[in-house]
Amino acid sequence: MTSRKTALVLGGSSDIGRAAARAFAKAGYDVGLAGRDVAALEPDAADLRARYNVEANLHKFDVLDTASFDGFVAALPALPDVVISIVGLLGVQQNAESDLAHATTIMRSNYEGPSLILGLFAEKFLARGAGTIVGVSSVAGDRGRASNYVYGSAKAGFSAFLSGLRARASRGGVHVVTVKPGFVRTKMTEGMKLIGPLTVEAPVVGDAILQAVEKKTEVVYVSGKWRLVMLIIKTLPEAVFKKLKF
Amino acid sequence: MTLVSGWGRFPVVDSDVLRPRSFAAVGDAVVAGSVARGNGRAYGDAAIGAVRTIGMTGFDRIRSFDPATGRIRLEAGVQLADLIDTFGPRGFLPFVVPGTRFVSVGGAIAADVHGKNHHCEGGFGRYVDSILLRTGQGQTIEVSREQNSDAFFATIGGMGLTGIILEATMRLRPVETGWIRERVISASDLDAAMRALDAGDAATYSVAWIDCAARGRDLGRSLIYLGEHASRDELAEGAAAFPVGKNPNLAVPVDLPSMTLNRFSIRAFNELYYRMGARRAGGSHVVSLYPYFFPLDAIADWNRIYGKRGFLQHQCVIPERNARAVLGEILDRVARRGDASFLAVLKKLGQGDGILSFPLPGYTLALDFPVKGDILNFLDEIDRLVVAAGGRLYLAKDARQSRATFEAGYPALPRFNAIRKSLDLNGAIRSKLSQRLFDEV
Repeated sequence: MTSRKTALVLGGSSDIGRAAARAFAKAGYDVGLAGRDVAALEPDAADLRARYNVEANLHKFDVLDTASFDGFVAALPALPDVVISIVGLLGVQQNAESDLAHATTIMRSNYEGPSLILGLFAEKFLARGAGTIVGVSSVAGDRGRASNYVYGSAKAGFSAFLSGLRARASRGGVHVVTVKPGFVRTKMTEGMKLIGPLTVEAPVVGDAILQAVEKKTEVVYVSGKWRLVMLIIKTLPEAVFKKLKF
Repeated sequence: MTLVSGWGRFPVVDSDVLRPRSFAAVGDAVVAGSVARGNGRAYGDAAIGAVRTIGMTGFDRIRSFDPATGRIRLEAGVQLADLIDTFGPRGFLPFVVPGTRFVSVGGAIAADVHGKNHHCEGGFGRYVDSILLRTGQGQTIEVSREQNSDAFFATIGGMGLTGIILEATMRLRPVETGWIRERVISASDLDAAMRALDAGDAATYSVAWIDCAARGRDLGRSLIYLGEHASRDELAEGAAAFPVGKNPNLAVPVDLPSMTLNRFSIRAFNELYYRMGARRAGGSHVVSLYPYFFPLDAIADWNRIYGKRGFLQHQCVIPERNARAVLGEILDRVARRGDASFLAVLKKLGQGDGILSFPLPGYTLALDFPVKGDILNFLDEIDRLVVAAGGRLYLAKDARQSRATFEAGYPALPRFNAIRKSLDLNGAIRSKLSQRLFDEV
């Protein structure tokens, strides 16, 4: 047995999930990867072991199957020091406008599931008196946009959940981080037109998450430029904002 | 379709670009006229599919690593930069690195890249034990020196044309430190430079930077950099065994106007570079592996220095017996022209390992030229000198040589094509380069 710290990554097969897992393993954490398809995650676990000489294990996790959450947490070999939720689904806004099932899946994947599972970990962490919770939300949650408000509203809900949880949990020694990555070149954004100077690669997000955990930061805009961009967008009057093609 | 180009940004051509996420999806992505692309550091059209380009950078997992032997199994999209940063601090480096660390392992195998140690330690392929290859026929096979050896030696240096390289097993070099003990020698002309390189045959690493603006008596004046891996007791007290590799903090933000590179700025730069280097000549000192191996990596997007129209690198190798006269002639023509690269590189090569590998025993000269004016004609003339001397051009750098130049330089082509055909009946694997240089039309 090692006495190393442990990090659990929910949504381990995503590009940001892989990057976060590598960043924590590089820093000496043992890492758990959780996702729907455990077999597909095995090469990533092997990668962490080979690169960083750490333990890496796999857990089956489906963010839409909220009924399984209690069992999922109970079945973990040990309560991790850090839990990171990268889970999310961009979906297709146009489809979500008329297809209730698709809209529901987007809302549940970005808000309901991540909030419930992190809330559950928060209870365990508070009982222990220590732990760090990381939720990867989105700048899209800072203000609803015509082009992606189904996704954005779910992320807004998730951001609000995290901020409330932070206020409560900080009194019990539990740290909550909200990460708003902005544009990241991943499979989620493949084929989208991203604005170069505002776009980062997944490893940059992974490193930012590790840093936020170690430095106890609360809200992280991965690229500092986003903080300014979103400040401007948030303060535009509704009358102006709705006329913008944004 | 997407406009795609190599590192030299010439030519820019249409190709359908896909980035599959699983090996199964790689198989599904292959259509007639596909080729794999790593990190896009090939200069010309080698990593652009005739029809479809399959991006492999997402496959960047290490499968296994044995710290006792340095044997590693990895996916083809792992970059050498990643390997160095991850395993360097654990005491292992790749045996062979080219002038940039931002190349993928798959690309390094496909081009059988050489480093400053080719004269004594061979190319990248020499340290590859086996390769998992997805052939144009749709099979996924393991190739090695023992198993499917024809396909193995066609894949080493085969420019991705035997199939898609998915994974490889290779050996890493155990090192005590990430530092290089470097010795700089200044050579006043080409004869002195070649003598210094010959004298450096015993050095693990050797390379010469030539001032290609120098003419007349100074023609070929250069700085020769010899290097050895430094042991721990050669480091300054308190120095870390492994240096920190910084990401490029300088970047070329925009395409510089083509005016920037002219005979005056090139002359001035070369003069300065030569004088600064000459001052360091003589003694030996310890430098980090990063500036030693990858001097240009310090500046991100340096290809933009040459402006929007891009640039051409001309890298030839000339067999030893003819080298002096031909290299002198090439350098003289380049110096008289005046708009050549701000630096030229000269080094010695040994025998290549793959059927289509570039290296052969002799001297290799690499020159950069901005794409403008009559440069294509000028390079065709240089090619005639290379061919007459029994030399050849490096496919990983090439964007414009003729079929005749290529065929003269690579007499093993028929054998390569026969193996390629046996792996790929239907022409699934074809690049813009293979179309340009040797596919049947």
